[in-house]
Amino acid sequence: MMLEVRSLHAYYGQNEALHGIEFALPEGGMVALLGANGAGKTTTLRAVCGMVRTTGEIRFDGTSIAGRTTEEIVRLGIAHVPEGRGTFVRMSVEENLQLGAMSRRDRAAIVRDVDWIYERFPRLRERRRQQAGLLSGGEQQMLAVGRALMLRPRLMLLDEPSFGLAPLVVEELFAILAGLNRETGVGMLIVEQNAELALELAERAYLLETGRIVFAGPASEIREDEAVRRAYLGY
Amino acid sequence: MQLLIQEVLAGLANGAIYALTALAIVMVFQAIDHLNFAQGEMATFSTFVAWQLIEWGVTYWAAFVLTVALSFAGGIAIERVLFRPLHKAPILALLVGFIALFSILNSGDGYIWNYTIKTFPTPFGTAPLFGSALLDGHQAGMIGVTAVLLGLLYFFFRGTRLGLAMRAAAANPESARLVGIRVGWMTALGWGMAAAIGAVGGMLIAPIVFLDPNMMLGVLIYGFSGAVLGGLTSPGGAVFGGFAVGVIESLAGTFIPYVGRDLNLTIALLVIVAVLMVRPTGIFGRTVASRV
Ligand SMILES: Nc1ncnc2c1ncn2[C@@H]1O[C@H](COP(=O)(O)OP(=O)(O)OP(=O)(O)O)[C@@H](O)[C@H]1O
Ligand SMILES: [Mg+2]
Repeated sequence: MMLEVRSLHAYYGQNEALHGIEFALPEGGMVALLGANGAGKTTTLRAVCGMVRTTGEIRFDGTSIAGRTTEEIVRLGIAHVPEGRGTFVRMSVEENLQLGAMSRRDRAAIVRDVDWIYERFPRLRERRRQQAGLLSGGEQQMLAVGRALMLRPRLMLLDEPSFGLAPLVVEELFAILAGLNRETGVGMLIVEQNAELALELAERAYLLETGRIVFAGPASEIREDEAVRRAYLGY
Repeated sequence: MQLLIQEVLAGLANGAIYALTALAIVMVFQAIDHLNFAQGEMATFSTFVAWQLIEWGVTYWAAFVLTVALSFAGGIAIERVLFRPLHKAPILALLVGFIALFSILNSGDGYIWNYTIKTFPTPFGTAPLFGSALLDGHQAGMIGVTAVLLGLLYFFFRGTRLGLAMRAAAANPESARLVGIRVGWMTALGWGMAAAIGAVGGMLIAPIVFLDPNMMLGVLIYGFSGAVLGGLTSPGGAVFGGFAVGVIESLAGTFIPYVGRDLNLTIALLVIVAVLMVRPTGIFGRTVASRV
């Protein structure tokens, strides 16, 4: 297993936001994390990369990463595309991409990777000198994904990558993500409001409700289980 | 006209030191969101170290370089030992930290080197530059050294990966962590650089104001003013502000009759308050707003 989480609790101050959840992501797998607003999806991703206080077990490639600092975890190859994108708004598009590769030393490869990102997201190439804060929402989302890819991650944590994007752009972005997963074997843990889309993409899904996992299984199973869909996903 | 140019140049020479002080303050402010009012004491301590090295027979430039290096290490040590443990502490605890640093350094100066006023050498001489009365050698040196240092810093922040990482850590620590930047070390580096910049400023101003434990008190006020005038969120603005304060001070002292000489600090501060009434974040500063 690439990522294994057991009896994970997460806390904001005194409040417990996750009450002992358990999930796993196989090598190169694509897993969706679904649930209503406030269910704890974002918190789960933040817990994996050490941004909230947790107890319990988190293993990445077999080694425990619970309790490590965010920067250490990132340097192990886990790239997080946070809710709200987290772009460096006053810096240029190109600088944002360079920052994504900050933990790497292979300069020549970094230059090639920037080019590779521009090939996948031509809009970013056109705007490479522009301040990231002046990009449209969709372009910023592309930049956030591009910046995460610059890490050459083994695992990506994507928090609502479709948020605020036009349907066509969402399809485009998800096609790119699927392609990356196929070609490079990067694992992906995807949080989505757009459950239908996420379930098409992912092999496996977990449903969260108020900090607990209430359903786990192959994505196809959820798609076909009308009761579960109605109860938790509202479609 | 001759007098005007002369006073502007003199203002720029002092302004160079205010600019360095303002820049050092902004560097720490960017890293920890607080004003380091021990900045002046750090610079004074560094200048005493340089003085001691020169007393021991080290040549000026060797002492200069050595002092900058030692100050850099000292700044990092201050962050690691004193402010790292306090970085999530309430503001009052932090304030006590600054007061502690201020008084440790200030009384340390006095304890080690006593309170007698000392002269500090200049390698540039004090003869009028090119035989004209516009600028003397040391003043030209102050401006020149500052210009070189600012150029190096500009290159560092705009042209190197480490500089980019430092800017990112200051702009958005959480996102910086998410790309693997060790934000804690960037903060320490900011302190180190602030201490080193302060050391340069201290060594350059010491030949003029003479060296004693309270040497930087006045300079610090001008440095703060410059930083606030230019904008605490803008390193370039702080540098501009520092130079501007120097020139305003110099011109006010010369051209405003009767009160000028005595009240030049007051007048400089009045100008700044006036600017801040129009632009509360400073000329180049901006309100920190995050897009959601
Ligand atoms: N910074 C915080 N401080 C305190 N409580 C928080 C914080 N962030 C989230 N919470 C709480 O934790 C719970 C889970 O929130 P989380 O952000 O993980 O939900 P989510 O599933 O990502 O929701 P959404 O779909 O709206 O993004 C919520 O009850 C929320 O109120
Ligand atoms: Mg969320």
